[in-house]
Amino acid sequence: MLLIDCPHCGPRAQIEFTYGGDATRTRPADPDAVEVKEWLDFVYLRDNPRGPHTEWWHHSVGCRRWIKVRRDTLTHEISASSTPDSNLGGGTE
Amino acid sequence: MSRQPYRTGTGGFVDRERPLSFSFDGRKFTGLTGDTLASALLANGIKLVGRSFKYHRRRGIFADGVEEPNALVRVRRGDRAEPNLKATSVELFHGLEAASQNHWPSLEFDTGAINNLASRFLPAGFYYKTFMWPASAWLFYERFIRKAVGLGKAAELPDPDRYEKRYAHCDVLVVGAGPSGLAAALAAVRGGARVIMVESDFRLGGSLLRDPCPIDDEFGSEWVKGVEAELNAASKTRVLNRATAFGYYDGNLIAVAQRITDHEGKPERFVPRQRIWWVRARRVVLATGATERPLVFAQNDLPGVMLASAVRTYAVRYGVRCGERAVVFTNNDDAYATVAAFVEAGGTVEAVVDPRAGGPSDAVKRRIQALGVRMLEGYVITRAEGRHAVSGVTVMKYTRESSVVTGAPERIDCDLVCVSGGWNPTVHLFSQSQGKLRFDEANACFVPEVSRQAERSVGAARGCFGLQEALSDGVEAGRAAAEACGLSPARFRAPEAKAEFSGAAPILPLWAVPLPQGQRGKRFVDLQNDVTAEDVALAVREGYRSVEHLKRYTTLGMGTDQGRTSNVNGLAILASIVGSDIPAVGTTTFRPPFSPVTLGALGGREVGHDFAPVRRTPMHVWHARAGAKFVTAGLWLRPQYYAHSGESMMQAIYREARAVRTGVGIVDVSTLGKIDIQGRDTAEFLERVYINRWKNLKVGRCRYGIMLREDGFVFDDGTTTRVGENHYYMTTTTANAGPVMAHLEYYAQTVWPELHVHLTSVSDQWAGAAVAGPRSRELLALACDGADLSNQALPFMGYLETSVADAPVRVFRMTFSGELAYEVHTPSNFAVHVWKRLLDAGRDFGVTPYGTEAMSILRIEKGHVVAAELDGRTVPSDFGFDAMQRKQGDFIGRRSLQRPALEKSARRRIVGLVSQDGRHIPRGAQLVWNPNADKPVQMLGHVTSTCYSPNIEKEIALALLDDPENRREDLLYASSPLTNMHVPVKVTHPVFIDPQGDRARG
Repeated sequence: MLLIDCPHCGPRAQIEFTYGGDATRTRPADPDAVEVKEWLDFVYLRDNPRGPHTEWWHHSVGCRRWIKVRRDTLTHEISASSTPDSNLGGGTE
Repeated sequence: MSRQPYRTGTGGFVDRERPLSFSFDGRKFTGLTGDTLASALLANGIKLVGRSFKYHRRRGIFADGVEEPNALVRVRRGDRAEPNLKATSVELFHGLEAASQNHWPSLEFDTGAINNLASRFLPAGFYYKTFMWPASAWLFYERFIRKAVGLGKAAELPDPDRYEKRYAHCDVLVVGAGPSGLAAALAAVRGGARVIMVESDFRLGGSLLRDPCPIDDEFGSEWVKGVEAELNAASKTRVLNRATAFGYYDGNLIAVAQRITDHEGKPERFVPRQRIWWVRARRVVLATGATERPLVFAQNDLPGVMLASAVRTYAVRYGVRCGERAVVFTNNDDAYATVAAFVEAGGTVEAVVDPRAGGPSDAVKRRIQALGVRMLEGYVITRAEGRHAVSGVTVMKYTRESSVVTGAPERIDCDLVCVSGGWNPTVHLFSQSQGKLRFDEANACFVPEVSRQAERSVGAARGCFGLQEALSDGVEAGRAAAEACGLSPARFRAPEAKAEFSGAAPILPLWAVPLPQGQRGKRFVDLQNDVTAEDVALAVREGYRSVEHLKRYTTLGMGTDQGRTSNVNGLAILASIVGSDIPAVGTTTFRPPFSPVTLGALGGREVGHDFAPVRRTPMHVWHARAGAKFVTAGLWLRPQYYAHSGESMMQAIYREARAVRTGVGIVDVSTLGKIDIQGRDTAEFLERVYINRWKNLKVGRCRYGIMLREDGFVFDDGTTTRVGENHYYMTTTTANAGPVMAHLEYYAQTVWPELHVHLTSVSDQWAGAAVAGPRSRELLALACDGADLSNQALPFMGYLETSVADAPVRVFRMTFSGELAYEVHTPSNFAVHVWKRLLDAGRDFGVTPYGTEAMSILRIEKGHVVAAELDGRTVPSDFGFDAMQRKQGDFIGRRSLQRPALEKSARRRIVGLVSQDGRHIPRGAQLVWNPNADKPVQMLGHVTSTCYSPNIEKEIALALLDDPENRREDLLYASSPLTNMHVPVKVTHPVFIDPQGDRARG
């Protein structure tokens, strides 16, 4: 079970969190301004990297904050966690 | 002390003053306090304890711990019967009842042993090969094969015992209380660390219990006692015995199974039988020791062939002689200690057989010569002799270079063969932690190399087999662990061991003794699963050259002992056959659990009623007293209907549904999700998360809203009320209360953090009741403390704050049934008070409490949608909700709705159905023109919700249908091939009652 360092609460067990998927995709500010392909990519397509991955976790039975976590999908090692406004790397953000 | 013919007069960690009686296969025996079942059986001279898995060969106790492959027994009877326990790990208690397994009719005479005679026809993969064709026949074969396999039988009664789980945190977790573990724990505690030490055994000491070498001028056992006392006296430190660390998970989380009362007859009341500890440790020290490997030669499975270290353990720790006349067969120096121990215990050692041309180190040689024991250097045992048990061995000269046996075979009589092929560090937990192994050529074993977690292996677990080495290693690791936790431990001298010998001669790897020219014989690699060296060779011939394939094809290492005594020999034999080296072959994956864990312990308290929490509304007790039958909705219990005496379930439901249409009904809606939203940007936020307009909603008004996912499909529906200038109150469906909250938080916190919006779940803080029916206004007027409820003061979709019998309430004029209706919400603490007052006020109108069934009928009659329609595959226009869709600006899912597949004309839309022959319209039925048409039958739509309407007295349904405009009034079939029901239906408008909505607005 992962030990996730919540930036608000400190290290907490994984069972307190809900996984929220890829955190490197940004919702287009004006969806009409992007091509349909770009929109569908945003809605449906996610990378599935083998290695470091920046992802959303919701501290759902803790502080109820969504946080970013940098996790290695191969080793499960967590190298960083942060509030949503930080850039933990990966993706196109 | 009752007669125990193989018990020594003195010595060992057993209490001769406290005998314990027990039974094995119905025979009564006596053992001693401090015994395991295995040591007690051996003390009584019991050689035969089980039958092997496949060939049903006779097997005796082989080892002294968790690595035991043979001595699997069932312990206790009835509801506490537990199969497949290793007799070597079962602590003896008074009245213990044990039975052997895998035989019929008896252990001594077992018909299954016919498999042994037929073994030439039962090679590895036999079942795979034989029962493959035709594939359909497997279902037939399976019944017989399943009967023939398997070991013990589980109890068939519910487990009467109680299990617990517990979370713990510490600086340093030490796994294993042998010399290196004790030294590590001591160093960590002296360094100020919070330490947990776990030990599988009931007694601390590890190898010191077998090799009681003096430490710091004390007997080994005295030193252990001293350390134990110091650890127990330390604050913030916990020593758990009978506790097996069985899983090493991410983030240094270690699962430990503690057996609390397994060594007693049965647990006292309220005392758990076992407890799982989930220990999160900053540092872990793995002092898990090592397991001795057997040697592989013909007939090496006969009862009487045992691991050399086990024979020593039985002699030294338990005061038990495993036989009278032993031959020791070893390729390393360690097993020579067994010679002295066995002689000390009153036995005779006939010979030591050592394949090394030079034999052991000189010091060891002198010791053996002093005991007058014959030494055969450069020899091997080619075969164990005997029919039911060992009666002798055949030895031959061994040539290492060509790996052949030569010369004249010599027979040596004996009743015990002590084997040692070297030692395997117990790297299971290390490997589970994703650490990488290295093959240590010097000791011919796999040792930990690269750690992946905050962990360190010490002592024999990392191949440091000398006692002094292990102690120093432990002290250093304990100190380093404390340091890594930010402490600054003082240095202290490592305990000093007075080892008898030093500088052992190197081990000679010997993975399988070759068969003499022209001879046959089963050379067992895996005793539990009956895998021989020949099976390994066969698997390779058939192409299973990967170690993982070999394992699955031959079942090598797949028994309850997880191949502790067989894996390394097996893969080394594989390596020699394929001409590869051992590191290149590698090991199979080590997975939790390290040793079997009972399901009861894993389940803990979360069984039966406690499996999941039950949510009850504040009015639950009232409902129960009113005769409610409850239904589970997620975690909630909701009244399904209220049974009156003499009424059937359906009669009750129809009575309730009619009452709402003709008079007034009341239903508990407290389970709805409720979210309090505040902040100056709330209206903007709502416009983005719903498809509707919100900025034009006035204070004191409610609106029905539809929420989409970003892919355009409907996520949830509900109402939101503007209760103040920047203050809104949202309701969600019961099932989606949690997901909607998480969804809104996601968007508020991550996508639009610039919006001033604060979200608070108030689902549990507010309770609600819906009052519905033509007389609901009259009822409410009586109940509310003087509020004006006229159509002008509180119009349809209006909102009012007032009180009911002095309790504050929020009144929303909204309807789910389609009748004139109100929802009355109140803080949960007032809920029962308000509910009762509403019922009092309604007495003269015949107010009828109704449950979820009537509620469902009412909404189907009205064409209102729920999760059956909002199933994640529907969009707003499927239900005509596109009319309320905002034309300007963005909202979640809007762009996706522009996809061609989601356009209105391309989609099935909601319709009503009326059964034409009075039969019930089957749930989930497909709508077709002709159910008897040639397959595949064209499907035009499907039924989503169906019921009998007691108000229009017809069987009706809601459905999603292609091209509904052109099919109104059409006759179709609702076809359910699953139930073979094909009901003729007429397509209608989906609102069966009051399609203009006059009732709700009146």
